[in-house]
Amino acid sequence: MRELLKLTNVSRHFGGLKVLQDVSFAVRQGAISGLIGPNGAGKTTVFNLITGLLPPTTGDIALDGATLLGRKPHEITRAGVARTFQNIRIFKEMTLLENVIVGMHRHLAYGVPGLLFALPQYREQERRARDRARELLSWMKLDHKADDLADNLSYGAQRRLEIARALATEPRLLLLDEPVAGMNSTEKTELMREIVNIQGRGYTIFMIEHDMRFVMGLCEEISVLNFGKIIAHGDPGQIRNDPQVIEAYLGREDDEVSVTPEELDE
Amino acid sequence: MLEALDNFWSIYSNLVLSLGTASLLALSIYLTLSCGMLAMANAAFMGIGAYTSSILTMNHGWPFPAAIAAGMAAPALVAFLIGKPTLRLSGVYLAMATLAFGEVVRLIIIRAENTTGGALGLNGIPQLTQWWHVLLAVVLVLFVLARLRRSKIGRAFEAIKEDETAAGLMGIDVNGHKMLAFALGAAIAGLAGVLNAHLTFFIGPQEFGFDRGVEILTMTILGGINSLFGPVLGGIIVTLLPELLRSFKDYRAVANGLILVLIVLFLPKGLWNPAWMRRALGLKSKGATP
Repeated sequence: MRELLKLTNVSRHFGGLKVLQDVSFAVRQGAISGLIGPNGAGKTTVFNLITGLLPPTTGDIALDGATLLGRKPHEITRAGVARTFQNIRIFKEMTLLENVIVGMHRHLAYGVPGLLFALPQYREQERRARDRARELLSWMKLDHKADDLADNLSYGAQRRLEIARALATEPRLLLLDEPVAGMNSTEKTELMREIVNIQGRGYTIFMIEHDMRFVMGLCEEISVLNFGKIIAHGDPGQIRNDPQVIEAYLGREDDEVSVTPEELDE
Repeated sequence: MLEALDNFWSIYSNLVLSLGTASLLALSIYLTLSCGMLAMANAAFMGIGAYTSSILTMNHGWPFPAAIAAGMAAPALVAFLIGKPTLRLSGVYLAMATLAFGEVVRLIIIRAENTTGGALGLNGIPQLTQWWHVLLAVVLVLFVLARLRRSKIGRAFEAIKEDETAAGLMGIDVNGHKMLAFALGAAIAGLAGVLNAHLTFFIGPQEFGFDRGVEILTMTILGGINSLFGPVLGGIIVTLLPELLRSFKDYRAVANGLILVLIVLFLPKGLWNPAWMRRALGLKSKGATP
């Protein structure tokens, strides 16, 4: 299958600190892929580089063969990359519906006269945006709360709203930064099903996640990041049995064991 | 009856019309605030509009409509030029940079004596502003801003106010929208300057300094930025309050300040706050705001 996102020898230094070194991997079109690694391995930095919030120190990041380097975040979004955040960043003082419609910003193509005089094209496009927003909210089982303020949502629902809002930009690649952090197991199971449904609709998904059961259950391909380097790449079975991965998560045999072996399978 | 009205108008027409220009000024800073920017240059933009148009009508015989257009275009252009480097600043740093710009404008007006009359100001500006000009200006500006609010541009402003990073990742050109809010606000402040200058015969550099800048901000904070009525209400109150407090004589400024402090203290989101009003009227509050 085609490679949608490709990172080639990407490094990122903060002063003397080498957060990412020579990171290379690809995300295949139509798949659910994952990036895992211990805390502080540099996972969120990878997302920040892909979405243009930070420039890489060296290396190239390409979407469908075209480089994303030097583009501003909003241009990268328009090129087809959308993301959610580890520390939720929804627009709290807007309703759910408004949150999602903000994501459709560039798809509303009425000009200034159109919006000033509420011309038919403006009304038509705004109506279609609202319908589409309700549809996206229904994908995430939030349509019954469309007119509530986003601030009043539960934590798990805020995460789902962020996914609906990201989908509103009509991305080719959806980046999820720890989508189940802080969710209970029922919410996790539901979200798993919703993410599979999103993939079924033709979206490519790439996620960072700590929850091993979630990652192993969803992802077809997984890359493992440790101390800024990719140490393994493969399907869940390969990753589970990779000695380097086990070492990264569990420590070496002579180290003090701080994580139980179950955590990998949890 | 009609005579009484005539009398009232001959005494208070300037006050009534200055309510209109105050509303325009409050709306001009509302635009940048609604985009999450604390820009304090609106008094300077008002001054640029006032001087540009007055020089054109007085010395060059321009017709009033053309002078209005120039008085709006000049501050918008200046906003565009200074916006490029300053709008990337946030919070209090943007406030400081724009305040400093305002001082620069005031000093330039004082130094450029040959064209601006320097510290003495410009005298004998033709009184071209009719009452309906002010009314029309307020109505048009309210109309445009109301339409913006209900469009993708208004939503982009609000998204930027809440979270710039997230707004950018929604495909919104953050710098472009900030620039639009800043330049459009400058044009509206310029319009207020034009109408005011052609109402009062006289303008001077001290009218467009720090005090005026703070006054404009006070109007909008006082009224609230939840809705377009907030800034208008704030503009009216800040303009009327000193007149209503005339009986306090020497203590007028104290009473004026005290009232403003009390309002801001007890209604931090401004006077025009739908949620508060609904509660005050004993109606059920709803989650969604219109």
